[in-house]
Amino acid sequence: MGRTIAEKIFDAHRVDMPFSDTHVLKLDRVFCHEITTPIAITDLMARGMDRVFDPTKIKAVIDHVTPAKDSKTAEQGKILRDWAKRHGIKDFFDIGRNGVCHALFPEKGFVRPGYTVIMGDSHTCTHGAFGAFAAGVGTTDLEVGILKGVCAFHAPKTIKFVLNGALKPGVYAKDLILFIIKELTVNGATNKVIEFSGPVVDEMSMESRMTLCNMAIEAGGTCGVCYPDMTTVEYLWEFIKDEFNSKEEALKEYSKWMSDDDATYEKVYEYDVSELEPMVTFGFKPDQVKPVREMAGTKIDQIYIGSCTNGRIEDLRIAASILKDKKISDDVRGIVSPATPAVYSMALKEGIIEIFQDSGFCVTNPTCGACLGMSNGVLAEGESCAATTNRNFNGRMGKGGTVHLMSPATAAASAIEGKITNSPLYKG
Amino acid sequence: MKTFSGKVLFLDRSDINTDEIIPAKYLTEITKEALKPYLLEDLTLPGFNNTEDINDKAVIVTRANFGCGSSREHAPWALEVNGINVVIAESFARIFRQNMYNCGMLAIELPEDKIDYLFENYSGKDTSITIDIENDKIIVTSADKSEEIPFKVGEFAKTLVKEGGWVGYADKNY
Repeated sequence: MGRTIAEKIFDAHRVDMPFSDTHVLKLDRVFCHEITTPIAITDLMARGMDRVFDPTKIKAVIDHVTPAKDSKTAEQGKILRDWAKRHGIKDFFDIGRNGVCHALFPEKGFVRPGYTVIMGDSHTCTHGAFGAFAAGVGTTDLEVGILKGVCAFHAPKTIKFVLNGALKPGVYAKDLILFIIKELTVNGATNKVIEFSGPVVDEMSMESRMTLCNMAIEAGGTCGVCYPDMTTVEYLWEFIKDEFNSKEEALKEYSKWMSDDDATYEKVYEYDVSELEPMVTFGFKPDQVKPVREMAGTKIDQIYIGSCTNGRIEDLRIAASILKDKKISDDVRGIVSPATPAVYSMALKEGIIEIFQDSGFCVTNPTCGACLGMSNGVLAEGESCAATTNRNFNGRMGKGGTVHLMSPATAAASAIEGKITNSPLYKG
Repeated sequence: MKTFSGKVLFLDRSDINTDEIIPAKYLTEITKEALKPYLLEDLTLPGFNNTEDINDKAVIVTRANFGCGSSREHAPWALEVNGINVVIAESFARIFRQNMYNCGMLAIELPEDKIDYLFENYSGKDTSITIDIENDKIIVTSADKSEEIPFKVGEFAKTLVKEGGWVGYADKNY
């Protein structure tokens, strides 16, 4: 019987099945950031277990609040920094070299097809874009990951999206995933892996695939997955070229991490998305989604372009193409946070930073920033933000604030208008 | 093993998310105890007041998809330091549910009709629940009645709850 990609990864990594509903998997990567890891470290120390299973498989970054904003966040950074040093974790990224984890780690080539990855961060599902099984976990799972290099999961049930047709100009992966979450609801993929496939995904860049997989958790999904293909190999080539004689050879190797044609799915959804419009959220759940057209004119106070969903160079390029030679409305505040130093550098070289600044945006250092209301860009009571982030929960960006999720193109156009509006790039 | 018994807090809403359980601004705390005053601070639910309604409660009964959103284990910790070790819901978000078990706490799923029944017959009253984990029974009691409702959790979950959590189990076995 055929197997899904998740089932193949489980079969290749299983070290134990202590109960019929429990698969204990060997981990290829344990990612860490300064919000959920320090408390794992202090607990391990208190238990007399200040050890790591393999410092080369653990990667760590300070990204949620950077630079530190107060003594508590400074202490969190210090605990992570000292721990990385103590255990010889070479891939530790501190200020000046740090960026949003789910943008930075792929950029460094840390994820490969067929890998198992955990992190104490729900958007770890992003890394499934590389054909990996990547799941967000809590601090206790993270502790066990750090200590033993294993994590326990239920058997993966998979739902599959076959996305046919082609996206219209001005419609992006973000619009597509908002549409998919609307279809699934916030609970529709709970305990399930979501496979994204079909011609639309085949045509997507790795950046766009990461945007798709990033929001799998917003439908409850354990992981979002795209099949590894030549786009994956091209993205990783710099890091894998010593392992293979050619890109074709790498592709052949990685192709073993494909679902079989006769794999069993819990459900298969097939859509032609050629008529899909730009989408935006209303309310406080990520499945409360409407076409931008129906929300046009909604007043906003702040625009935030950044985060692990849409802070990559592709996103900044799209937004800048709309903002060029234009000013944002006097009634809004614009904030852009390039997701990583590499994204920032590219944006500088390409003149994108200048476009953002000239239009009236504040450009911050790479950080998770406003996305979860912990750092810069917090909203005041009653304010709303047009954001390229992934979560619009009540008070997410600050108590009493409202978040509207959208693509970078919609966010840029909305900044100019001072209210939610369709991007001029959209050809309806 | 923790104790699983006491007064019930009924939260009549689906999709109560982790940001509502404990807002991100408190994730800079590095002790569990520090989270205590902030549990459910951002929950908007008619008639609910987080500074009054949580007092003395040990069990939450709620609807579908409890704990959706963030991976922050601060959410179950905020329950734990308030003396709440059991959540009974129609369903849970995966990470939240696993975090509960990993901490030796109980996340119990009941079918929608059973949850409806609990709300209809016990909400708004002085209700207590005791979990009999050996016999897979929820014993629910109010002033005028008492009854038992069977439940099921996975073997792994039960083992973690009995052994007090995942770190000790994993260190022993892997």
